[in-house]
Amino acid sequence: MKIKFTFWRAVFAVIMIAGMYSTYVRYFHGLGASTNMTDQFPWGFWIGFDCLCGVMLAAGGFCIVGAVYLFNVESLHSVVRPAVLTAFLGYLLFIVGLLFDLGRPWFIWHQLIYMNPHSVMFEVGMCVMTYTTVLFFEFLPNVFERFNLRQPIKWIKRIYPVLIVLGILLSTLHQSSLGSLYLIMPSKLHPFWYSPALPFFFFGSAVAVGLAMTIFESTQSAKAMGRHLESKVLVQLGGALLVALWMNALLRLEDYWHRDMLRQILKPGYEAYFLWVELLLAFVIPITMLSFKKVRLSPQGLYLASIISLLGFITNRLNVALIGFETFVGHHYVPKWTEFSVTLMIIAMGFFLFAVAVRYLPIFPAQEHAVVQTVRQPVAGPALGEAVLNAGD
Amino acid sequence: MSKAILYDATMCIGCKQCESACAQQNSLPYNDSVAAEPVQSAHKWTVVLTKDDKFMRRLCMHCEKPACASACPVGALHKTKPGPVVYDVWKCIGCRYCMVACPFSQPKYEWGSLNPRVRKCIMCPDRLAAGKQTACAEICPTGATKFGDRDDLLREARERIRQNPGTYLDRIYGYNEVGGTSVLILSSQKVEDYGYPASAKIGDTPLPEYTGRVMERVPDFIPVWTLVLGGIYWISHRREEVAAAEAEEEQAKKTQNGGAR
Repeated sequence: MKIKFTFWRAVFAVIMIAGMYSTYVRYFHGLGASTNMTDQFPWGFWIGFDCLCGVMLAAGGFCIVGAVYLFNVESLHSVVRPAVLTAFLGYLLFIVGLLFDLGRPWFIWHQLIYMNPHSVMFEVGMCVMTYTTVLFFEFLPNVFERFNLRQPIKWIKRIYPVLIVLGILLSTLHQSSLGSLYLIMPSKLHPFWYSPALPFFFFGSAVAVGLAMTIFESTQSAKAMGRHLESKVLVQLGGALLVALWMNALLRLEDYWHRDMLRQILKPGYEAYFLWVELLLAFVIPITMLSFKKVRLSPQGLYLASIISLLGFITNRLNVALIGFETFVGHHYVPKWTEFSVTLMIIAMGFFLFAVAVRYLPIFPAQEHAVVQTVRQPVAGPALGEAVLNAGD
Repeated sequence: MSKAILYDATMCIGCKQCESACAQQNSLPYNDSVAAEPVQSAHKWTVVLTKDDKFMRRLCMHCEKPACASACPVGALHKTKPGPVVYDVWKCIGCRYCMVACPFSQPKYEWGSLNPRVRKCIMCPDRLAAGKQTACAEICPTGATKFGDRDDLLREARERIRQNPGTYLDRIYGYNEVGGTSVLILSSQKVEDYGYPASAKIGDTPLPEYTGRVMERVPDFIPVWTLVLGGIYWISHRREEVAAAEAEEEQAKKTQNGGAR
């Protein structure tokens, strides 16, 4: 246990040091020195992963909040807090990623005064800004509860319906708009990925990923905390994931059929290989797995299926952002190590902040009681927290 | 009336004076090594390409409905009435969506700079405002690059094709491409061989329409979706309230019954 602890600490330290160096290169030598982006490839790995994937991976927040508060799926109540926490951290880190990618990040606030309502990017920016604020308020009760502040919790409860509706509205808008960004480049993006239905794909995949991500993080943190896993919750999420995957798969199939592409996507080729990987991981394997009741009822099976589908959808976003442009540009784009390093640092920060939050705030229901106890007898806390932080990063 | 540039590749002699005039007009470095660079970049806004003994100029097309301007979240790029698509550097946040959106890949970036700008041909808006022609058109010794009203230039281009059908391909590149551009190209060869996107590929539809179709729905979508979500919330919580009230009643009855017994 102690060795593992040191090992992960070491990995974390290496990632952070490399990340700091890359950050220095980015801000003191510019985008040209820190990335492999060029005039031909103006959007690279940071847009593809940090932005497109980051926002998608943070979709669990609105999915679970919607299910619990809009559709009264009471049994999912226990995963609302971790899902909201993941979403909140996800969006914060997405903004951090953006500060790396923007050429003039110090003018990011221009969005608020020089508005161009025709721009999809403007819509995405505004929604992300507002939604992060909404998530902040949805996250706040954790802090209030931790410090036993009853009054502010009441205030938040009063505006909760507004937060919930606003949160889902904004998520619907910007999750789909991330896909709409690419609608303006019909001649550049490869037809495997360019489709008028891109906004629907992006929204649909966000829902599926939101569910998969919730399964992933619940299992992961349960493992980490040695907490008993509520398999009923996972089974329910798994069922919903299967439906969401089917919806996404049918949508994609219908789109290829409608655009008469079915024969082309089966022909071997550079783009086709990437598409196959994407479709296999996102749909074929997890749908097959989840179709067996045995898998659907086993926590390990669900965990594995959700990870595979997550990888599939990440491949999808990277295909849209990077692979889909290579034919147009005429050469390959391979990110520089500093690009990976910055992204890794951001991910590591996410894991770290998640662990810290879980350690100090009543995120998990089992924790809730522990914290109440901690408040009364402060000595009991640290041991549990240590275990969390230890496994969390 | 909107202004335009007509470039006739058959008249071009490849002297590259347009390149140097452009550099001078926009305070860009220009020397032999820059002249030898066969690509556009942040410091080379226009380039004369050579293939065998034929030439082709590349520069920003100044679309009638520019994708870059519609893409820019802060409106740093916009189409002016006289024709040029210009760039307000003080607004730019550096998202580079313009570069990705442009079908001609014209906006270039100062990758080495710590406060980078987007750079592209801006069609000499100051000169136009002063009633002059663009620097490249003024210096062109053969008239291959000609400045004028777009309608006049189109008429002239058609006339040139009509008079010398053997010399030209029967096509004015930029007449209809992505809804029309303020740069028009006449040539004896396919412009596609010089890196221009094929007309069939970029189409006649102004690119902002593709995103516009979605964006124009947003103002309606917001209130409708808010109502739907709010409605669902209300219904599901109303049900909860009713259930709670019923449970309470039940409880009360039970206590009553219990009390009676």
